[in-house]
Amino acid sequence: MKNLDTKTSINWLKYASPKTFYPLAGKLIPWCVVSAVVLIVYGLYIGLFVAPTDFQQGEGYRIIFVHVPAAWFSMFLYLLMAMYAGLGLVLNARLSYMMATAIAPTGAMFTLVALVTGSLWGKPMWGAWWVWDARLTSELILLFLYIGYFSLQAAIDDKNRADKASAVLALVGAVNVPIIYFSVKWWNTLHQGASVSLMKAPAMATVMLKGMLVMAIGFWLYSIAVILIRVRCEILERDSKAAMFNLGL
Amino acid sequence: MQWHSVNEFLAMGGYAFYVWGSFGITFGCMAFELWLLKKRSQRIAQAVKQEAF
Repeated sequence: MKNLDTKTSINWLKYASPKTFYPLAGKLIPWCVVSAVVLIVYGLYIGLFVAPTDFQQGEGYRIIFVHVPAAWFSMFLYLLMAMYAGLGLVLNARLSYMMATAIAPTGAMFTLVALVTGSLWGKPMWGAWWVWDARLTSELILLFLYIGYFSLQAAIDDKNRADKASAVLALVGAVNVPIIYFSVKWWNTLHQGASVSLMKAPAMATVMLKGMLVMAIGFWLYSIAVILIRVRCEILERDSKAAMFNLGL
Repeated sequence: MQWHSVNEFLAMGGYAFYVWGSFGITFGCMAFELWLLKKRSQRIAQAVKQEAF
């Protein structure tokens, strides 16, 4: 570890400072936006035109092309946010906290989308908009965790303390993510089990899987773009005088 | 191609409300997020300008 540190420390430290990260993020954003648009359009094409009708759920199953990627990113972005928050606590690095803050709204947005699209799937398939099933309940708790994270940050005036307190909340709440993921295995849920898993062959047609994966990569690139735009806003807002000076604005 | 006519495509086998509702909410939320960020960037750009002069 020591060796690695001395070899790479210059590069890492360089991009750990908001001042150098700001222009780097600016260069990445257009590429992410363009590739996100291309992949989402391609994913929509597969999902709406190429993928066949499901033999059990008819055309209603097409909701999964947005529901599943949104649900994946609601969980993945939470873990990423908790990781940056943890990194912030350990290294006391400002940029890590800013990243965690920038990830939260997008994670919350995908959680809301997963819940609403799930509800729109539940009504025709189960006959109910909502059931207090382990999967649905734990996903709702995820939304509350995101909301708790923003509220805590907004409630504490001292930015440094707000960052630390909300980082602890983000880390403690991370325990909910494996609960969401494994809920369909651990409990007898109305929500169906995973159709795609790392351990076994996917239980769905290849073309459906392809559409879902293309859409997921598109959502991932969208998330990166939005998070980078937001972290640039954070950098400017938190230290606008210093930032203005350094960036020559 | 799965569809024989535009109407058939729009009807989504009777699931039109649920399917189009889901896609609409997903992309609507994403567009709304981008719009909010655009507003925020504009606000910051203006504040930075005012500080500069």
